[in-house]
Amino acid sequence: MQNQFGRDAFALLVTAGVLVWIAPLVISTYTLTVLIVYGMLALSLGLIWGYGGILCFGQAAFFGLGAYTYAIAAINIGESTLPMLLAIIVPFIFAMMLGAMMFYGRLGDVYVGVITLVVTLILYRFINSTAGPQFVLGKARLGGFNGIPGFQTLNVPGNPDSYIWGDGLYYFAAAALVVVLLLVSWLLASPFGRIAVGIRENETRMSLMGYDVAARKTLLFALGAAIAGLAGALFANWAEIVTPSLFSLGQSAEIIIWCIAGGLGTRFGPIIGAAALAYLKFLLGQQTLVDNTVIMGLILVLFVLFLPKGIVPAVVSGWTTLFGRRGAGKATALRRNRAGRGAVSHG
Amino acid sequence: MDLFAVILVEILYSIASLILISAGLAVVFGMMKVINLAHGEFMMLGGYATIVAVNQGVNVFIAMLVIAPITVGLIGLVVERLVIRHLYGRLVDTMLATWGISLLFIGLATMIFGNTTTGISTPISGFSVGTYQINGYNFFIILVAMVLVLGLYIVLKLTRLGLIARGAMQRADMAAALGYSPSRIYMATFFCGAALSGLAGAVLAPLVGLVPTSGGAYIAKAFITVIAGGPSLIAGLASSAGLFGVTSQVFAFSISPMAGEIALLVAAVVLLRLMPQGITGRFFKGKV
Repeated sequence: MQNQFGRDAFALLVTAGVLVWIAPLVISTYTLTVLIVYGMLALSLGLIWGYGGILCFGQAAFFGLGAYTYAIAAINIGESTLPMLLAIIVPFIFAMMLGAMMFYGRLGDVYVGVITLVVTLILYRFINSTAGPQFVLGKARLGGFNGIPGFQTLNVPGNPDSYIWGDGLYYFAAAALVVVLLLVSWLLASPFGRIAVGIRENETRMSLMGYDVAARKTLLFALGAAIAGLAGALFANWAEIVTPSLFSLGQSAEIIIWCIAGGLGTRFGPIIGAAALAYLKFLLGQQTLVDNTVIMGLILVLFVLFLPKGIVPAVVSGWTTLFGRRGAGKATALRRNRAGRGAVSHG
Repeated sequence: MDLFAVILVEILYSIASLILISAGLAVVFGMMKVINLAHGEFMMLGGYATIVAVNQGVNVFIAMLVIAPITVGLIGLVVERLVIRHLYGRLVDTMLATWGISLLFIGLATMIFGNTTTGISTPISGFSVGTYQINGYNFFIILVAMVLVLGLYIVLKLTRLGLIARGAMQRADMAAALGYSPSRIYMATFFCGAALSGLAGAVLAPLVGLVPTSGGAYIAKAFITVIAGGPSLIAGLASSAGLFGVTSQVFAFSISPMAGEIALLVAAVVLLRLMPQGITGRFFKGKV
């Protein structure tokens, strides 16, 4: 197991290195940065939904919370290192509390969906209504609908005057994504990850085996939120402004579409789905013939109807059927097919 | 005294509008266990149907009460045949597919009507109570909501059609064995649910400026009202709409309208945590 993780990590580092080096030749680094940020955001939901079976309709809440935390802390502190950490910690703690409330209450799938959706809406409404001068945190005005512009962006730790931006921000975001991906891979290979998948498959059985299901789900949920928070902070650095639309339902919907299209229960599916669809949206934004919401909606409907497992699992299973030489490979593919959606555990 | 009357009307209006907003979703979710996230967009389409009809010179009440529900019902029928019937029994997949449909409708409405606010004026003028002004249209909405609840009750509880529908929802195989086609019953139910959404959107259209993304404002409220209501369709709808309506108006009057909105959402979260089966999961068991 450890050996396989080592080999996995090595392959991942090499692939990522090549991709990060080649991609700027095709797409500008400015666009690439935001694709990476969205990839990380999708990964956060892919982790808790694909592996933990927790359908969170409000992943955007943690994304926005990370971005706002970064912006507010950066204005107050004037340096970016601590705000980056806070942007991870605050959503983590918030999700811990929210998750504990939901999972210790043994709420079912749909109710978790509703509550996360409602919490996102509360944050959205609240932030939207903070236009008045009385809404101030330290030196930062929350600014309501207009958001918070003009905060300190990412800098070299300890040196607030040397900013990391443009190409530098791209490499930083890419490195962050690789680190997060390695951590997620490690987590999934660890007993914690195995048990999380077990809980997804059969919650009752896992609790009868003596695992504390509520605590594990809460922790996994909070870890997903922390990743989303980091993505939010990176987004704030890229956009150089944070607005309430980060919390919007549309944002939440997009994250879910990315995961579905890319493939649940894989590590790379959500990232690929996010990057591909966000780039598609970017390209569609340059034409005015068809509103791009129509296309996003169509993609979601068509995927749910015809390819509910997503692209990556479909490609993987297609590959094994076509080129699987050993009998073992075929048997695995069959078992995967029978186990149905979300049962593929290697991306 | 005048203030009291005004607040009372406002609370009644708030409950009535919650019932209107949620009725279509409640029928579809309560009877078919399909969560229709495109519900808000059905309402938005109802609003546009009304506005288009009124601009064509149709009487506003006919546009609201007849044209809009039928138009949206037919749209719902198409959606059911093309998408939803393939997904019965897969709760999460229907949620995702209908979310996609909602995005699709937002996009189409933006392409057709443009991303601008349109609206019609309220057809009933206001009047004053003492020093306060009351919107006369509020009474119309309260009336429509009452008729709606009563009508739903009569259809479901007292007619043969309602009996067949309820039977098919409980045991589709049994209904099929008795010679009723579940597929057609689901189709008809979805048509009714969509028509109710269209009616709600149409009736509320004069009160709001309509934009293609208007549906988003309704869906969350409708969703939590229905889920908090629990398994019984009408009792659940009425009780949760009552609870949330009173909560939001009390906070709206004592603090600010924004506080009212947030209080409603917080109340929903607390309620679901305490009663995950909804209000009628604990009280009023076995009612329609």
